[in-house]
Amino acid sequence: MVEIEIDGTTLQVVEGSTIIEAAHQMGTYIPHFCYHKKLSIAANCRMCLVQVEKAPKPMPACATPVANGMKVFTHSELAVKAQKAVMEFLLINHPLDCPICDQGGECQLQDLAVGYGESASQYEEEKRVVPDKDLGPLVATDMTRCINCTRCIRFTAEIAGFMELGQSYRGERAEVMPFIGKTVDTELSGNIIDLCPVGALTSKPFRFSARTWELSRRKSVSPHDGLGSNLIMQTKHHRVLRVLPLENEAINECWLTDKERYSYQGLNSEGDNGRLTKPMVKQGGEWKEVDWNVALDYAAHALRDVAKTHGGSAIGGLLSPHATLEEMYLAQKLLRGLGSENIDFRLRQSDFSADGKRKGTPWLGMKIAEIGELDRVLVVGSFLRKDHPLIAQRLRQSAKRGAQVSVLHSADDDLLIKLEARAIVAPSQLPAQLAEVVNAVAALKGVAADPALAKVGAGDTAKKIAASLVSGSEGSKCGVLLGNFAQQHPQAATLNVLAQQLARLLGGRFGFLGEAANSVGGYVAKAIPTGDGLNAAAMLNTPRQAYVVVGAEPELDCADGAQALASLTQAAAVVVLSPFKSQAMLDYAAVLLPVSPFSETSGSFVNTEGRVQSFYAAAKPLGESRPAWKVLRVLGNLLKVEGFEQNSSEEVRDEALGGAPEFVSGLENAVNVAPNLEAAANGLERVADVPIHFADSLVRRAPALQKAADSAVPSARMNAATLVKHGLLAGDAVKVMRSGIQSDGAGDTAQVTLVAQLDNGLPDNALRVAAAHADTQALGAMFSVLSVEKI
Amino acid sequence: MALIDTINPLLTTGWGKGDAGWSLKDYEARGGYAQLKRILTSKMSQDDLIAEVKKSVLRGRGGAGFPTGLKWSFMPKAAPEKYVVCNTDEGEPGTFKDRDLLRFDPHSTIEGMIIAGYAVGAKRGYNYIHGEIFEIYQRFEAALDEARAAGYLGENILGSEFSFDLFAHHGWGAYICGEETGLLESIEGKKGQPRFKPPFPANFGLYGKPTTINNTETFAAIPFILGMGGEAYLNLGKPNNGGTKLFSVSGHVNRPGNYEVPMGTPFAKLLEMAGGMRGGRKLKAVIPGGSSAPVLPADVMMDCTMDYDSIAKAGSMLGSGAVIVMDETVCMVKALERLSYFYYEESCGQCTPCREGTGWLYRVVHRIEHGQGRQEDLDLLNRVTDNMMGKTICALADAAAFPVRSFIKHFKSEFEYHVEHKKCLVDPEVQRAGSGFFRASSATEAA
Amino acid sequence: MDKQNDMLSPEAFRKIDREVAKYPAEQKQSAIMAALVIAQDEKGWLAQEVIAEVAGYLGMAPIAAYEVASFYNMYNLKPVGKYKLTVCTNLPCALSGGVHAADYVKEKLGIDFNETTADGKFTLKEGECMGACGDAPVMLVNDKRMCSFMLPEQIDALLAECK
Ligand SMILES: Cc1cc2nc3c(=O)[nH]c(=O)nc-3n(C[C@H](O)[C@H](O)[C@H](O)COP(=O)(O)O)c2cc1C
Ligand code: SF4
Ligand code: FES
Repeated sequence: MVEIEIDGTTLQVVEGSTIIEAAHQMGTYIPHFCYHKKLSIAANCRMCLVQVEKAPKPMPACATPVANGMKVFTHSELAVKAQKAVMEFLLINHPLDCPICDQGGECQLQDLAVGYGESASQYEEEKRVVPDKDLGPLVATDMTRCINCTRCIRFTAEIAGFMELGQSYRGERAEVMPFIGKTVDTELSGNIIDLCPVGALTSKPFRFSARTWELSRRKSVSPHDGLGSNLIMQTKHHRVLRVLPLENEAINECWLTDKERYSYQGLNSEGDNGRLTKPMVKQGGEWKEVDWNVALDYAAHALRDVAKTHGGSAIGGLLSPHATLEEMYLAQKLLRGLGSENIDFRLRQSDFSADGKRKGTPWLGMKIAEIGELDRVLVVGSFLRKDHPLIAQRLRQSAKRGAQVSVLHSADDDLLIKLEARAIVAPSQLPAQLAEVVNAVAALKGVAADPALAKVGAGDTAKKIAASLVSGSEGSKCGVLLGNFAQQHPQAATLNVLAQQLARLLGGRFGFLGEAANSVGGYVAKAIPTGDGLNAAAMLNTPRQAYVVVGAEPELDCADGAQALASLTQAAAVVVLSPFKSQAMLDYAAVLLPVSPFSETSGSFVNTEGRVQSFYAAAKPLGESRPAWKVLRVLGNLLKVEGFEQNSSEEVRDEALGGAPEFVSGLENAVNVAPNLEAAANGLERVADVPIHFADSLVRRAPALQKAADSAVPSARMNAATLVKHGLLAGDAVKVMRSGIQSDGAGDTAQVTLVAQLDNGLPDNALRVAAAHADTQALGAMFSVLSVEKI
Repeated sequence: MALIDTINPLLTTGWGKGDAGWSLKDYEARGGYAQLKRILTSKMSQDDLIAEVKKSVLRGRGGAGFPTGLKWSFMPKAAPEKYVVCNTDEGEPGTFKDRDLLRFDPHSTIEGMIIAGYAVGAKRGYNYIHGEIFEIYQRFEAALDEARAAGYLGENILGSEFSFDLFAHHGWGAYICGEETGLLESIEGKKGQPRFKPPFPANFGLYGKPTTINNTETFAAIPFILGMGGEAYLNLGKPNNGGTKLFSVSGHVNRPGNYEVPMGTPFAKLLEMAGGMRGGRKLKAVIPGGSSAPVLPADVMMDCTMDYDSIAKAGSMLGSGAVIVMDETVCMVKALERLSYFYYEESCGQCTPCREGTGWLYRVVHRIEHGQGRQEDLDLLNRVTDNMMGKTICALADAAAFPVRSFIKHFKSEFEYHVEHKKCLVDPEVQRAGSGFFRASSATEAA
Repeated sequence: MDKQNDMLSPEAFRKIDREVAKYPAEQKQSAIMAALVIAQDEKGWLAQEVIAEVAGYLGMAPIAAYEVASFYNMYNLKPVGKYKLTVCTNLPCALSGGVHAADYVKEKLGIDFNETTADGKFTLKEGECMGACGDAPVMLVNDKRMCSFMLPEQIDALLAECK
């Protein structure tokens, strides 16, 4: 610690901090543009000049380190004169078009110009005009307004991990731009809008739709991945028009993924595939819009009929893992009230052998913020950058600070993280490969490994990963993270138990990267089967008479979309509670109950670290849609199920959680199953990712995101050797089939036509075909053996 | 070839044979590499070596005049990876000494850099060579090959435990890379945008490693200093202004070129060596230290001696030793306009005051020169320069401001005349004749 | 439209490799300036594909390479004539005829700065200080050859020599 004085106040600050950090510590504001606490120091805008005793010149507060005894004056004559001088220079070439600028009202330049600017400038020369750039569908540019602070450039290079923007040319002609013909394509691109202190970078979808002061603001929580990013929802006339990050250092820091920022467009979607705004029932094959009473009666009737005739177990409940805790809780209660134990929210999971053998609710295994403190990390089975962009970002920063990150997966996508080691194997080899790492770590630690793993030994790659893991500073800073792919894997329980062994050997931690907003909450809400109830896969494998679907589109959200569709289609009654409609739904459902998306209801998500985050509605329900918890409550009443008297979502939450804790209890990743290292598959194995912009029903309906680079149509990706083996060239149109089905099978639905693409990040004998997409839904299971043929 | 003359040749001992005397054998014949050999065989300590350089009061020849020995002593001892970098990005208008140093005697710079590497414990060095002098870059590469072949570079130099290798990095047209941290960025393969200091290169330099950067002439002087001893070198010049210095004399003299003279030589003597004023015309003004130094009127300049202290006392800077001589045919507004254009063109663009200010200055001076100036413009120019100075990462903004302020200060009436009469005080025909371009080709003027 | 034609020759990459060898192994990017010069020597100018190719070879982001290509003013981001003449007009040169030399060339070729003659032979550029002010007027031919004391006769001779 050193002692310094700022404007006459003495304070203690950490050695090595800068003047601006010290000033912030005591709540003193120093004007600045280029400085940002999460970015490297550029010191180029010169707005933060302050006077430092004995220094002949004003010093930039953002870059000047404190020194013991330093005296700083932020408002002295010298400081203010310097700040005013810089402000004048900033404004001479700025268009001052605030009345038509989207940043108007929230512009740092505008704000500071009022405080630090002179009313009139003597600059009378012609102002500079800078051509706008096409950064893609999400970010709009008005480059003439750019003040060259380079925050956006540093963001792409340092936080997003790849320098997509630069400052080309020099001097007065310096211009911020992407490489010619390129756009900004990272999954984090929208953050440059928040970072831009002026109106040079603004939201393209939001453009000109409202002035900032017309917007109402509500806090909310992201309904997408398991992180639970904190949001500010901005609405006008009860429509969400913009979503911004709400800073929370423990969760999303000050960032949002593009998915979280722009998916709100789906809230306003219209048309055949858009929002469902009226209750509807199917009578004699015809859909009719009806009153809520009629629809609810119809639904209750249908479910009661099936329960009566076939027993409660003839009903299956498929709940979206993006549904709120309250929705899941009431839905399971309703189903159980009807005598059904067939309840599940783990729609993309395919291995349920750990059910009943878990010691608690699977979770991240640590706090989100603790990820950044790990110095040795193994990520198993994860499309990390797209599935968990902000966790990837944390690991990216860790790796820069010297943490060693290794990956075990079936695709070598560029994570833009410096990796220490990687093992890329076919999906069926994932368990054996992880077992090798366990063996190698055991060998390095000089302890006996699980004899059940003995036969797989330990190859060089496993040894390299193991060497990295054991080389950390202390065991507790070593972490094994199981991604979505590992959780969806047909041997997920084995991966779980191996990670558990690994963590135990290392004295470290392991956990699951929560796929969805309520991947933890679903367990807590008891939205899983008990006893001989059927899990998500089983209730589709053995078709039911009736299904209750809450918030999901099973044909896209389940591990095997084709099967889900078939089972729903054959059912006598499918009751759907959904914010959206779709053609598939109209085909299989009997009743469509329009329920509110997260923005129009109160509720809670329990994020991957077990944190309960409740939120209020940001807008009124659209049309006749209603919060799902209310709809479920009425259904409970209609079906005369006990315990449906709650008057608020808070009451439901408190009932589900036994109060309103900050973190849920019972988090525990250990399972007690024997590892199964038999490689099931043999042949051309499918590697199925869930593309970031297709992962849930909301994002699928966000038009701007659907135009982004991450929304490309799925292709059939293979490495060079696999292409050659199948006589294919990149660019060939190919027929991809589920193995065993002949290509000439007329009317066969289990085949799709795709374009072959080279992807040398894949292992041999792997065919990467994305899931969760209409184009590939017919292929069925995410983990399967495929065949491919040139057309 | 630039003509040269000298009072006390050290750096220029090997010059004068045109392109014939640069090679290794010539340099060795002149006693070259003897100092390196002496240091290596005697296993001279790093501290003794630096002490000797300190004694010479050699001040950096790149412009700032920082004592070289002191700079070397800042290098952390323990760091495993360190660099020595030579600044031959000579782009300061008026300066052309480093080019001739590498052209006529590249090995003195090489020897100086190797010795510096030894002194600060670096194993690798780079010489950053100005983009426009490709032939010089080639010459330097050829000299490096010679030195490598002779065992002066590489592993275990001359059988000692000391290893050092040296490479040339060629610039490609950016004045700002002369600024030492811009130069480091450039070697790292980036735009040459200067870095904020601290940290200084001695702690965080090339690739983030401790680095010593000196000007070519600074390195070239090292073997001579060690040859004659620090004290003898200091005594060649004046106290606090040790040794000899190369002055690049350009403009309206009869023999533009490089002149090596002891520090403290009267300007009048230098002017005389350069053949006096072209066409016998009258001296009007001199920029004594490169375009970034304030201009001095003739009478002030004639009283100066050529050393850091005397020129500073007169209100300018010795800078890089580039002496730009202007006679009465010069329109000072036009001269300033060209210099202001230079800084506008060369600003790297990162600092707001420099990026915006250099363009503003140029436009206003341009306007005045073109008869659209206003009375308030002179105050405006002073105010804008005031707002630029001392507020940027590097000194380019100051360098852009100094000429503006000094031209206005010393030649205010000429600016006022422009504003008032919308034309030059100096008749355009007189201006045209001043350059000698047309006269030289015209037969009638042959006499 | 032959893409192969857009690519740099193996010889160019050999030259680039020589430059890369000057720097520590993990600092390949240091060779970008030299690599772009090598590319420019071969292609005459730096088309964006060429910049991207060089960037890819050195493992850097294309925009980082473009920053470099656009920062240093001797890179040609547009096609130039067979002979690119750059005349220094900075003050020290101007005092000894730099501007007049440029004017003379302009008149002879019928082009202004940043223009190319109709036959594609000459492009004229205004240069900043080349560090050769004692030899004024000075002129660069195709970036690499410096011509000193360029009075009318010398300019005539140079233009005649450029075939
Ligand atoms: C805008 C600017 C341009 C500079 N140009 C040069 C140059 O061309 N050559 C040079 O040696 N130093 C130049 N310098 C000074 C260097 O930053 C640095 O001080 C010098 O290379 C140190 O060497 P020395 O101590 O031997 O003088 C320049 C500085 C500035 C601010
Ligand atoms: S003062 Fe000018 S040249 Fe120097 S760093 Fe700042 S912008 Fe660049
Ligand atoms: S001014 Fe032209 S070379 Fe220096």
